[in-house]
Amino acid sequence: MSAIHSPDTHAETVGRRIRYAASELTTMSGRSLRLVRRDPDELLISLVLPITIMLLFVYVFGGAIQSGTDYVTYATPGVILLCAGYGASNTAIAVNQDMTTGTMDRFRSMPIASAAVLVGHIVASVVKNLVTTAMVLGVAALIGFRPDANALEWLGAIAMIAGYILAITCLAAFVGVIVRGPAAAGGFGFFMLFAPYVSSAFVPPETMPSWLRGFAEQQPVTPVIETIRGLLVGLGSDAAPVTDLGGTAAIAVGWCAVFTVLGLVAASWAFARQRR
Amino acid sequence: MPPDPLVVARGLRKSYGTARRPVTVLDGVDLTLHRGEVLALLGPNGAGKTTTVRILSTLLRPDAGTATVAGHDLLTAPARVREVISLTGQYAAVDEKLSGRENLAVMGRLAHLPRRTARRRVDELLDAFDLGDAADRRISTYSGGMRRRLDLAAGLLRRPQVLFLDEPTTGLDPRSRQTMWEVIRDVIAEGTSLFLTTQYLEEADQLAHRIALIDGGRVVAEGTPEELKRRVGDAGVELTFATAALAATSAAALAEHGATHEGDVVRLPTDGSLAHVRSLLTAIEKAGVTPEHWEVRAPTLDDVFLTLTGRAARARDTDPSDQEAAA
Repeated sequence: MSAIHSPDTHAETVGRRIRYAASELTTMSGRSLRLVRRDPDELLISLVLPITIMLLFVYVFGGAIQSGTDYVTYATPGVILLCAGYGASNTAIAVNQDMTTGTMDRFRSMPIASAAVLVGHIVASVVKNLVTTAMVLGVAALIGFRPDANALEWLGAIAMIAGYILAITCLAAFVGVIVRGPAAAGGFGFFMLFAPYVSSAFVPPETMPSWLRGFAEQQPVTPVIETIRGLLVGLGSDAAPVTDLGGTAAIAVGWCAVFTVLGLVAASWAFARQRR
Repeated sequence: MPPDPLVVARGLRKSYGTARRPVTVLDGVDLTLHRGEVLALLGPNGAGKTTTVRILSTLLRPDAGTATVAGHDLLTAPARVREVISLTGQYAAVDEKLSGRENLAVMGRLAHLPRRTARRRVDELLDAFDLGDAADRRISTYSGGMRRRLDLAAGLLRRPQVLFLDEPTTGLDPRSRQTMWEVIRDVIAEGTSLFLTTQYLEEADQLAHRIALIDGGRVVAEGTPEELKRRVGDAGVELTFATAALAATSAAALAEHGATHEGDVVRLPTDGSLAHVRSLLTAIEKAGVTPEHWEVRAPTLDDVFLTLTGRAARARDTDPSDQEAAA
């Protein structure tokens, strides 16, 4: 195996290598972004779905849920994550398409860093899902979401959302490399569509049975939501000011970092393993 | 011109499956492609064609054996090999949602061509591959033949020394196949050495300087198309009988003319010349054999295998009993 990584002995300078790798990355990112733009159906679904869910929660269930605050204020961070998580999980489908058609074979037979194709999909996913996040925020504002964040808090919230998107995207990239077909790749999206429900996204965990509450309070989505909530509206899930925003944010960032690294390592391992 | 070996493979082996039940796909393949040459690897489904191409294009490691491309060892210097090869696989490697021009532009950037050179090369390829009019349409609107041509063009932004083509016309209608052959001939004329796999004898005959017959993971025969065809006979007289039993007795009666039978069909090899066909027809009449129908047919891949290996090609999905009947 070590033979694959034997050092290149010819006179190619390191500088050119880096320049080439950078150009391969931007090319692949440009390709993935263009593919996203050319797929209005998928873009529409990853937008319509969370907005429908938001309207459903705010107008149908909202009245019955005692969140201690305006329900739209409570639910918007959760809807944002639902949207971003689901959108990011679709990276699995995009990656899998490249793996199962001849595309990956072609890239792998070329003198390029073929893993750049994965990075391209990851970059495109982050950009795409930040755009859909902005749209969800727009709709939320229309129906009464009134964040009181200052510029710095906005920046923090956006960074948190981007971190969450990145983490889910990297996991999705791994899923996309290992599964056999797009249908299986889509399964990850299904999972990400439901993961936020058992968290503080839509109902305060205190209302859940105690065995579930423990999970809901500890699962990775909850600190991410609490962080966004704390930054945007200054309130926690019990409608009280978040007491330890710094600590919650640290846990949230930690989770995102862990999943990002895990996803990247697993994806590149699975990717390299293809050449057997 | 002295032969200059460009791709040299020796004793390539590859198995899939578990250690307990391995499925051997390549069972010691030896091949040489010389510079400027077109080599066709001809064989049925499951013979090991695609696996051979995947190994030689650095996508797969062989279990055993060695191979070099342009002097670079596949196992120790795959990066150097990738600099001189181009692969167009069986499954299209183009983005459906992008236009033909956009697809080629991506490949141009990945080839690190200067911007202007890339644009010129893209135009050149679109024209040469008869895709100029469709250049700005999405691939999803392309026909099967256009898609294959674009796929081939996408591998040629950087001019490779060796081009690997895995079944370039499988699934195409006869006219698209003709167009594809013309395009491939142009690529060959530019001096690119070509390693081609195909299931079609005619394709190998049309394009290749040399044909290697692969079956069951081994190269079972090798030679120029002329050499192989001489050994097979150019064509065959086929007689169709009312029953298989009648075909069997008729084949026996015509055994001295090399008659073989399968089902209700008896086949007599011929070089296709008027004199030989006439002499065969006379022999048939003399033998008192009365077919329902007869025709002169060009040899198929099956005939090649039958003649050169003494048995029918082992397609993966055929019933084993068929093989015994043919053997």
